[in-house]
Amino acid sequence: MISARIRKAFPASPPSPALVLDVEFSAEPGITALYGARGSGKTAALEAIAGFIRPDAGRILLDDAIVFDAAAQVHMPARLRRCGYVFPEPALFPHMSVRRNLEFAAHQRPRLERRRRVNEALERFQLTEAAGKKPHQLSEPQKQRAALARALIGEPKALLVDDPCRGASASLRLAFRALLLQIRSEREIPILFATSSLEDCLEVAERMLVLQEGRILQTGTPRRVVEQPASFEAARCLGLYNLLPAEIKALDPSRDSSRLKLDQVELAGPYFPGRFLGDRVWICVRPDQLVARPRDGKPGPNQMPVQLLRATELVQNVRLEFTGDVAVEMSRADFEPHRHTKEWVVEFPPGALRVL
Amino acid sequence: MATDWFPLWLSLRVAAVATLLSLAAGLWAGWWLAKPPFRGRTLLHSAVNLPLVLPPTVLGYYLLVLLGQNSPIGRFYEWIFGAPLLFTWQAAVVAAFLYSAPLVAQSVRLALESLDPHWERAAQSLGATGWSVFAHITLPLTWRPVLAAAVLAFARSLGEFGVTLMIAGNLPGRTQTLAVAVYDATERGQGAAARMLVLVISAAALAALWAAGRLSARQAV
Repeated sequence: MISARIRKAFPASPPSPALVLDVEFSAEPGITALYGARGSGKTAALEAIAGFIRPDAGRILLDDAIVFDAAAQVHMPARLRRCGYVFPEPALFPHMSVRRNLEFAAHQRPRLERRRRVNEALERFQLTEAAGKKPHQLSEPQKQRAALARALIGEPKALLVDDPCRGASASLRLAFRALLLQIRSEREIPILFATSSLEDCLEVAERMLVLQEGRILQTGTPRRVVEQPASFEAARCLGLYNLLPAEIKALDPSRDSSRLKLDQVELAGPYFPGRFLGDRVWICVRPDQLVARPRDGKPGPNQMPVQLLRATELVQNVRLEFTGDVAVEMSRADFEPHRHTKEWVVEFPPGALRVL
Repeated sequence: MATDWFPLWLSLRVAAVATLLSLAAGLWAGWWLAKPPFRGRTLLHSAVNLPLVLPPTVLGYYLLVLLGQNSPIGRFYEWIFGAPLLFTWQAAVVAAFLYSAPLVAQSVRLALESLDPHWERAAQSLGATGWSVFAHITLPLTWRPVLAAAVLAFARSLGEFGVTLMIAGNLPGRTQTLAVAVYDATERGQGAAARMLVLVISAAALAALWAAGRLSARQAV
């Protein structure tokens, strides 16, 4: 179990701008994803927990042991913290074979036990045949497996994984997720997984923290975070939503209804608890929840007239970008007959509308 | 006339001692220079490299003043070793050291900077002590370029002339090093003796460059 309250200011060092990391979170055994763009503070948070950097303030507990406490001037060196760390690049020692890399990691064990552990790990991570190779002779998946094997061989109290799939191929990402899930099922330790991929979070993480500019915007299960972003910033950070500025014109709790003014259009929506008339809000709706149709006469209720700016091919769908910062996803079959239509309407199903 | 081989032996001895001292000082300075920027790094960098840009006569003049019998350093040296420093072979070591130490420091800095910082952190997170990181990671990955620099430093020391002449002098059989002997022989018109020494120095320099090249070309991995 990890419990961390970390505050640290990083001065700007080009090309990175200044960052103030100010986070507080805990992680139970299982996979917790730290989700955020580059420069959001994911790496800094992991480095503070591992002991590579010293926070300005805060307190970090690993399994109820205090490894950092600014007030009490406690800063346990990294080598005593027993955090397995996986770096963005595999960071295997280039002059050592895979076996030697693992032996180095298990150096505190007696010789016989060390040998047994190394052999087990090699077998466990399908590296037995590559044991004698140097890192530069390994394939990318082998490097990843070796880095994980090395981080885990000392029985760490926590595994910190810093986005090793940055820029990796899709198949490598899939393989890495499968490995993480496997490790998750075998070990009762907290795994912190820094990533900038929402798919990573949805597929492997039990919990996720959304980070932006050094702060946590939202915490929760990935499903919940994705479906119910807590704030405008969180929704924007996820990049999944249309965020449209609107004003609340009417609210009726008894009929569970509301009216929102978006640009020149009035939209019907559900009742929004805790909101008041005249509130300026953001309508938050996923592109696949909206319906786009070629314009045909006067726009109907909850329809907004728009012009098509751009159509982008997705795997199964087409993403249409319209004037007014509205994006809609629709199936390619539905879109194909209207490929050259410029004037459209976008329909906002009242039930799909959420406001932030 | 038989060639007097004393200058060769003296130069070898001076160069060996100077190289050892340069390694010690260069490792220390290079290590500091490779650290993240700190206050005074530029100053340290300039100080280390100053001997490479000052004219030998200027440097020699400073050393005469700094190490002379009237200076605190000179008196301290005399108090410890019982004899003055200037115009002895040890003074030639000082001269050679000033030119070889910057070479080593520069190489150490470059070698350390080329290390991926993730390796050191990885080792730490695996429970390695500072000494273990140095012995198992830093040293195996940097000894080749550092040794190459030491070989170059040795060759540079063999050929040191200007400052040596100023602070160690040209005392045949006592402080006359190879380079000084060549100068002396040429001045006196002893072409044959000069030729022999010139060949020896050239061969040593070539061999050192070749060895240094081989060392830096071979990767540690």
